[in-house]
Amino acid sequence: MDLENQKRVKEFADEHGAENLVVILGAAEGEAAGLAAETVTAGDPTFAGPLTGVQLGLATYHVCEPEMKEEFDEAVYDEQVSMMEMVLDVDEIVEEMSAIRDEFCKFL
Amino acid sequence: MAILEGKKAIIIGDRDGIPGPAIAECVQSAGAKVVFSSTECFV
Repeated sequence: MDLENQKRVKEFADEHGAENLVVILGAAEGEAAGLAAETVTAGDPTFAGPLTGVQLGLATYHVCEPEMKEEFDEAVYDEQVSMMEMVLDVDEIVEEMSAIRDEFCKFL
Repeated sequence: MAILEGKKAIIIGDRDGIPGPAIAECVQSAGAKVVFSSTECFV
């Protein structure tokens, strides 16, 4: 996750409380989604940004995960996301996100 | 279950995946407040 976004996430967690936040990702690949999810839960795995060593444990989901889709208005999802969903490997994304959530999320 | 209802959402979209504004529309339809939306580019 880019360094400026890490800084913003940290600020919002301080301002609003980590338990009130949900991070929604739109990454194109499972690996990228997993890295971003790890950054906002266990800390920056690349040891480069403001979240290095900061274990926020935020709830985090990819926008195409089934439990997220259930929450959205179906028509809005169809219009905004479903075209791109077709070219993503959703199974791989779900696998990565679930593993990170199970291990590091504090607010599920 | 309500993962998003009453929550504040941070959106990290991806230029090669789902961009931030598209996710924001969905998240708002679920009753969450979007506090930050960004679209990253890994190229």
